[in-house]
Amino acid sequence: MIRVEHVYKRFGKNEVLKDINFTFEKGKNNLIIGRSGAGKTVLLKILVGLLEPTKGKVWYDDVDFFSLDKKAMREIRMEVGMLFQGSALFDSMTVEENIRFPLDMFSNMTLKEKSNRVNECLERVDLDNVNDSYPSEISGGMQKRVGIARAIVLKPRYLFCDEPNSGLDPKTSLVIDELISSITQERNITTIVNTHDMNSVMAVGENIMLLSDGELVWRGDKSQILDSEDETIGNFIFASPFLQELRDQARRSK
Amino acid sequence: MLIYRLLFHFGRYISWLGQVFKRPENRWMYWKETVRQMDDIGIGSLIIIFLISVFIGAVTAIQFAYQMEGSIIPDYYIGYIVRDMTIIELAPTFSCMLLAGKVGSNIAAEIGGMRQKEHIDAMEIMGVNTAAYLCMPKLVAAVLVIPMLVSVSAFVSIIGGYIASVPTGYYLHADYVQGLRSFFEPYNVFMMMVKAIVFAFILTSISCYQGFHVKGGSIELGRASTQAVVYSNIFILLADYIIAMLLTS
Repeated sequence: MIRVEHVYKRFGKNEVLKDINFTFEKGKNNLIIGRSGAGKTVLLKILVGLLEPTKGKVWYDDVDFFSLDKKAMREIRMEVGMLFQGSALFDSMTVEENIRFPLDMFSNMTLKEKSNRVNECLERVDLDNVNDSYPSEISGGMQKRVGIARAIVLKPRYLFCDEPNSGLDPKTSLVIDELISSITQERNITTIVNTHDMNSVMAVGENIMLLSDGELVWRGDKSQILDSEDETIGNFIFASPFLQELRDQARRSK
Repeated sequence: MLIYRLLFHFGRYISWLGQVFKRPENRWMYWKETVRQMDDIGIGSLIIIFLISVFIGAVTAIQFAYQMEGSIIPDYYIGYIVRDMTIIELAPTFSCMLLAGKVGSNIAAEIGGMRQKEHIDAMEIMGVNTAAYLCMPKLVAAVLVIPMLVSVSAFVSIIGGYIASVPTGYYLHADYVQGLRSFFEPYNVFMMMVKAIVFAFILTSISCYQGFHVKGGSIELGRASTQAVVYSNIFILLADYIIAMLLTS
């Protein structure tokens, strides 16, 4: 479980996050949604310690993250797996070397054990025969899956995904969403997904926060969205006329 | 404003160096990366060092021949002058300024590119001390390999001086060789090594620093790469002056 308390973030005169209070629950797909520039990525970077909040606290279970020294912070980070928007795979390494990198750095496993773990992770994300390929030789969807495999190779307690569906077609997006969701459930980890993909929200959103201009304006789960009379969430989720029509149809059929 | 910026960068550079020289998380990974960098910097720069060194020696010999024309200075001084000029000054300074352009810009672009593609963030989140993992192997490799390159450069320069002056008829083989054997001071080689080590550290650390702190897009990356070369050269020349003062006084 991760909790943020009265988090503010300011860049110069620009206040990007204002008084954010939220609990990201264990074993659930926690979604941070909002328009571009709403502060989603900044919040995610604060959660992993890449940025420091101007004010406020971030709790990992009972530990005040920003009160820790660098070494202790690094130890907590080692329990975090992260999938980046652009996958952030190391270009000069093969897929296998990319996934093995955290193991090479932090484990005492033998090469065979590491290889087995890499293959397990690749199998988990439904990839095979790509071990020796370079990131540039595989598709965007496959890169995301390799990114997920690398994120879970150290068996993290927290999984963060920044825009996991950006640049992917709807079908591949769904595969990625389902993958993240199933990994969350089977490993009982705290997953935080930062997205503005409405399909993801409706498919896997279990604990959702909506950010608008740096403020938390709505919270709930996917089932509450459809019934919600709240204009903020309605306008955000059902922005297109096509989706508005689908919502109206769903309401009429109830 | 300029003073403020200088102080800001100096403070950040020092605190960043503190991060770079922290204990490695995994010595084997750092060693592997160091060996890779030694190959990149050393073997990768050998041909260009070889080429410029031939010309350093050749130009020194020819220009000295021009200056000696009609003078009472003995001919064998040519070997002595080429040897000492290349060992004390030209080999370390020229080679390192060239390496600042070749290796330094490459380092700044490589690390800056990793910053922009979120590779550094990804490593940070894995728990890697990125300043140490990305920069320490490069610094260690440069400090080990660049003195070797400088030694090669000095040796090749002396041969370059010979090629330019003996077969072309400026001097006799015997004069050149006698000059090489005259007034040899092993201390000069020590001075060359001190310069090579200090310059290697300067050019690599400045380039890593510039790349590591890149913010923005491709224009900023290009600027960081240029700044790496410019600042490395300025500080190499400054260090050259300080070392010359300290070691010859």
